[in-house]
Amino acid sequence: MTATHPAPNPPAPAPHGDLTVNNVEVVYHDIVQVLRGVSLTVRAGQVTSLLGTNGAGKTTTLRAISGLLKPENGRIREGTVSFGGRTLSSLGGTEVVKSGVVQVPEGRRVFKHLNVEENLRAGAILGRGRWRDDLERIYTYFPKLRTLRHRQAGYTSGGEQQMLAIGRALMAHPRVLLLDEPSLGLAPMLVAEIFENVRRINREEGLSVLVVEQNATVALAHSDYGYVMEGGRIVMEGESDWLSGNPDVKEFYLGVTEHGQRKSFRDVKSYKRRKRWM
Amino acid sequence: MNLDLLPQLLLAGVVIGSIYALAALGFVLIYKSSRVINFAHGQVIATGAFIAFALTQSGMNFWLAGLLAMLATFALGMLIERVFLRRMVGEPIISVIMVTIGLASVVDGLLHLTPYGAGNFSFTTPAALSGAGIDLLGTQLSRVQLAGVLAALALLGGFTYFFNRSTMGITMRAVADDQMAAMSVGTSVERVFALAWAFAGLTAAAAGVILGLMSGLTLTGLAGIGLKVFPVVILGGLDSVLGAIVGGILIGVLENLAAGYLDGLVPGGGTRDVFPFIVLLIVLLLRPYGLFGTKEIERV
Repeated sequence: MTATHPAPNPPAPAPHGDLTVNNVEVVYHDIVQVLRGVSLTVRAGQVTSLLGTNGAGKTTTLRAISGLLKPENGRIREGTVSFGGRTLSSLGGTEVVKSGVVQVPEGRRVFKHLNVEENLRAGAILGRGRWRDDLERIYTYFPKLRTLRHRQAGYTSGGEQQMLAIGRALMAHPRVLLLDEPSLGLAPMLVAEIFENVRRINREEGLSVLVVEQNATVALAHSDYGYVMEGGRIVMEGESDWLSGNPDVKEFYLGVTEHGQRKSFRDVKSYKRRKRWM
Repeated sequence: MNLDLLPQLLLAGVVIGSIYALAALGFVLIYKSSRVINFAHGQVIATGAFIAFALTQSGMNFWLAGLLAMLATFALGMLIERVFLRRMVGEPIISVIMVTIGLASVVDGLLHLTPYGAGNFSFTTPAALSGAGIDLLGTQLSRVQLAGVLAALALLGGFTYFFNRSTMGITMRAVADDQMAAMSVGTSVERVFALAWAFAGLTAAAAGVILGLMSGLTLTGLAGIGLKVFPVVILGGLDSVLGAIVGGILIGVLENLAAGYLDGLVPGGGTRDVFPFIVLLIVLLLRPYGLFGTKEIERV
């Protein structure tokens, strides 16, 4: 499969546009440049993964899209973000959500002192649908949340909080969901379950997803297309199948050599190691 | 100890306590959504009460004047948030609190410039409230007291419902919990703050008018309520409406019991002002987050 092929399962609902990040540069506090010209496309109805190590600029890329840079004193200095013909990069966070792009923050950030159902209802603040119907919809995807609905969110487990954070974002009727490290601090079984759920929602609602991950194996297994970031730039992109078979990706992110043996970082060729800190 | 006095003291305590609760509500509204402690709350209460008084002086119907005063302080709350607080978003909370202290002085100064700056004033009791009261527990409850309690409880009940059931109320609590997460689903944090200040202003005027009707209007007395709400909200838990109700009534009752039973034992009296604070200290030693406050959830 090549990059030009359509997604294996075209979405049923009305098609909507691609989300495009075009040559974006982001600086924090007007000094620290984190993104150095990032371009990527989240195709309508696809799951796209954005991989890279700590500090590569993945979270910043998500914030640049969702308009949540400002609270962190960040600013888009160059480039544009657009979705379905609309420019998002000049909009505030509320407007971005209104246009259908919703971010699930890193570390889940559920409202700890609110119960599970109230957390979900807080996601419906823009009133883009009837919240009672939406609650039912979320409970169908995550039946566990229904049984926990009166539990204070701060007392639920990490996996439950991740489902809750995704459910909360879905209450806002996104057309593009931005997921920031859903695997963070979760057991592998749970990570797989969450990615399967995301995949299911993607197929059933035709929701486009951009998922930022350090766990490249699971992200590539559940996405259509992938980008690899290093030092604030995209350094590689391609169909997920192709990426997971690529020797460089295997060596750096999947930790295996071409012969299938696991390898230590120490053994990586020094020129490649340098490249990583670029 | 004369137990015959007890029902009367309790009843008077509940009446004044429910007004304290209403006064504290505005305080809780702001704290709940933005974690800001508003030291200018007493001044807003006084502003509301005197706006209503000025309007009745010019011949307006009492009820209409009260309603307009509530609308005026609704707008005042919004204005304060817009002009002073909004540019403080993201600054350390202590700076924001200092701003409210400054604001308290400024509003106080402005009120002193009005004809109502010094002296005692009283509303002419509206006809509907001037008839005979009712007998309760062997004591008289005047119509003014009754109406005051009912109005206070209605507002308190309304806001409890609002916070627990409406999407906007839940969102206001969500903003208090985690601003960034609230923004991620499209919440306009600015709008939430503006609304909290506006509601605080509205309830402040209501409390001011009721207090004025019950016990007369003086600038220092009304502005002083802003300090009296501290034991109320700290007792009940800074972020709990239910806590404000219980705390208010508790403080009201304690004050009256102290005045009735302890004043005679101390030369000079005045125990009513001290006793609530003694209880406050004890409660804080045992439950630092108040009787109904949010216990911090510590978990990664």
